[in-house]
Amino acid sequence: MSGHESSYTPTNAFTRWLDTRLPIIRFAQDTAINFPTPKNLNYWYTFGGILAVCLAVQIITGIILAMHYEASVNGAFASVERIMRDVPYGWLLRYIHANGASMFFLAVYIHMFRGLYYGSYKAPREVLWILGCVIYLLMMATAFLGYMLPWGQMSFHGANVITGLFGAIPLIGESLQTWILGGPSIGNQTLQRFFSLHYLLPFMIAAVVILHIWALHVPGNNNPTGVEVQDVEKETVPFHPYYTVKDAFAIVIYFLMFALFVFYAPNVLGHADNYVEANPLVTPAHIVPEWYLLPFYAILRAITFDLGPIPAKLLGVIFMFAAIAVLFVLPWLDTSKVKSMRYRPVAKQFFFGFVATCMLLGWCGASVPTDPVIKALQGQPTLVVTYTENGSEVTSEYKGGGEAYEDAKSFMETLPADASPSLSAVPAPTFQFKHLSLILTFCYFGYFIILFFIGLTEKPKDVPESIHKSILKRHKASTATAIPAE
Amino acid sequence: MKSLRLLTAGLAGLIFTAAAHAAGGAEHPHPPEGGWPFDGPTGQFDQASLQRGYQVYKEICSSCHSMKLMSYRNLGEPGGPFYDPAYSNPNDNPFVKALAAENEILSPTPNDVGDYDYRPATPADRFRSPFANVQAARAANGGAAPPDLSVITKARHGGASYVYRLLTGYPHDDAFVEREVDGEMVNFVDMSKMGGHGGEAGEGFLKVSPGQYYNPYMAGDTTPNYDGDPRHPPKGGFLAMPPQLIEGRIEYTDGTAATVDQMAYDVAQFLAWAGEPKQEHRKSLGLAVMGYLLLLAVLLWFSYKQIWRKIEH
Repeated sequence: MSGHESSYTPTNAFTRWLDTRLPIIRFAQDTAINFPTPKNLNYWYTFGGILAVCLAVQIITGIILAMHYEASVNGAFASVERIMRDVPYGWLLRYIHANGASMFFLAVYIHMFRGLYYGSYKAPREVLWILGCVIYLLMMATAFLGYMLPWGQMSFHGANVITGLFGAIPLIGESLQTWILGGPSIGNQTLQRFFSLHYLLPFMIAAVVILHIWALHVPGNNNPTGVEVQDVEKETVPFHPYYTVKDAFAIVIYFLMFALFVFYAPNVLGHADNYVEANPLVTPAHIVPEWYLLPFYAILRAITFDLGPIPAKLLGVIFMFAAIAVLFVLPWLDTSKVKSMRYRPVAKQFFFGFVATCMLLGWCGASVPTDPVIKALQGQPTLVVTYTENGSEVTSEYKGGGEAYEDAKSFMETLPADASPSLSAVPAPTFQFKHLSLILTFCYFGYFIILFFIGLTEKPKDVPESIHKSILKRHKASTATAIPAE
Repeated sequence: MKSLRLLTAGLAGLIFTAAAHAAGGAEHPHPPEGGWPFDGPTGQFDQASLQRGYQVYKEICSSCHSMKLMSYRNLGEPGGPFYDPAYSNPNDNPFVKALAAENEILSPTPNDVGDYDYRPATPADRFRSPFANVQAARAANGGAAPPDLSVITKARHGGASYVYRLLTGYPHDDAFVEREVDGEMVNFVDMSKMGGHGGEAGEGFLKVSPGQYYNPYMAGDTTPNYDGDPRHPPKGGFLAMPPQLIEGRIEYTDGTAATVDQMAYDVAQFLAWAGEPKQEHRKSLGLAVMGYLLLLAVLLWFSYKQIWRKIEH
């Protein structure tokens, strides 16, 4: 807790000498060993530890990969495959690094949803939350830069789409885009700067992680009750060994899932197109980002209309960035005094709705915007015969099964030769992914607005007086059910 | 409350499968009957099939398709088609040396007087490329450069099954009809004779432009070429490669009958190996890693229970 007493006593002459000059052992002891941590943290609270390990794994594998990688448009693709084939255990390093990015994001999403559920963004932890958002933003930038490096088709065209977004900014957009790319289009200079920045950003993340942990250790951990620690003796345990062992167990379980991907499905989270070397002249049929960016991609594509002087493309960019920006102001949007959703029956429903919204947005991001959401609900396409009559274009429509086609065909045969008829199928109007994306985009932002109003009107359940009381109550309840009353 | 949580969990599963699902209007490439021997966590390549597959590549595919990421030495590496445990260094393997020497390549390094000579390849050399550069490849193939096959099984949805189905999926000769359109003879595929391949397209005719070949497993769009109900265009697309595998086109050195199916099966397996030569090692190492992590998890679980036994939480 804030300013908790240091319990470190140097034991020998050297540590006593060091302690008065650089109290680094005292610092380590106080932050990583003796730090008082609430007793009632559940497994959702292990993801902070998991994330620290994820970052370390990415940095270590990344440094070794960089020793073998060649940042040039002529050599990048082949050098990645060379790592897979000729570098001892290079395939392992590369698959850990590529799947590690996905595992990192999966963990960060769980970590963020945990923060949302237990109100970990509220006073006195606003700065802690904002630093977390900064880390998340840096992670997205790093992942995007790194995805360019294998120089596959999706690398190239994905980067083209995303850097093109900056071009949508009025006035400075085009110059900004040129400045980012280092030229009028993506080329060798772009790949080299992306590589350079991809190497730099993880260390910036590490620096912000240190601030994040510092900001955590001032107010101390939140906990599932959302009630602050009142009695350090009764309600906390030292971080080590209690939470080191619990985190270690969770990390190993997480690694089991990680290993399942690395060893048995290393390419399942990627795109086949990225094993085709980048070719600026051939655009893949569907450009999609990695799964962890899909919800934002869906929001970007959901906006297909101009709003006054703002063109649709810019509006999409604004909404996409707003979707991240809104997280930064969340501590002031949520008006409820109660932190944990455990005691907020109404907000809790909306929270799960929000989680579902984010996942559905991901689904929309992966789909073609004009595809039907539910194929079975789409009716038969209409057959349209287009022909010219007296110099103007006329259409004739046919609906129905196989006979509609026969009818259209025989009608076309009755037309004069100079009518040049053509037959096409117009899909029946249906609920498409772009419609769903738009609705979900409003749901996404709606959650944050609703939080503001729920906080003012919701009647929360009884919040326990203290962590200690809540533990006692739970234990009584569990013993009561275990041993029936005599 | 519970139901909402279940719904959320269900959605997560659904979205994972939806994201993994391949888009595109091509026929789904099912694996051959009986599956692939290298499928699954313990699956391994069939070395005899890999050797035959290399022969198919060498005698048929390599006249147009390069494999620039492969060296002849790879053929003799552990797990490779011609691995011999007596030669831990594949560069010493006389069989691999002989295979390499069958190919004459333009040396990638200059000779003593600075010229580039043609010479027989050594195991250290890359596979011989049929064309000097992409422009030459394009010019010799009607404008479409044949793709490099080094990682083709990773670069296509369906992997080896895609290669296998594509090679065997071309329409049979009796499915073609010639019709006169505006005074010219044009080739059509009679979709009713595709034997169920190509989707629900029943009765229509698919126009095949000169130099193009229809294949239901190729990604693409057949709508503009389809003379039939436009609501059900045939699945698949067109490619510039004519059907290559004709029964008996090669004579397998091991005496296996060179049926179309056999050749497609062997070359698909060879390409699956070439796409990721270390995959057998990956899967066997995975088993050890998972076992270790599982054991560690059990130990940590009991340590956790032991350490927390006196703490009410």
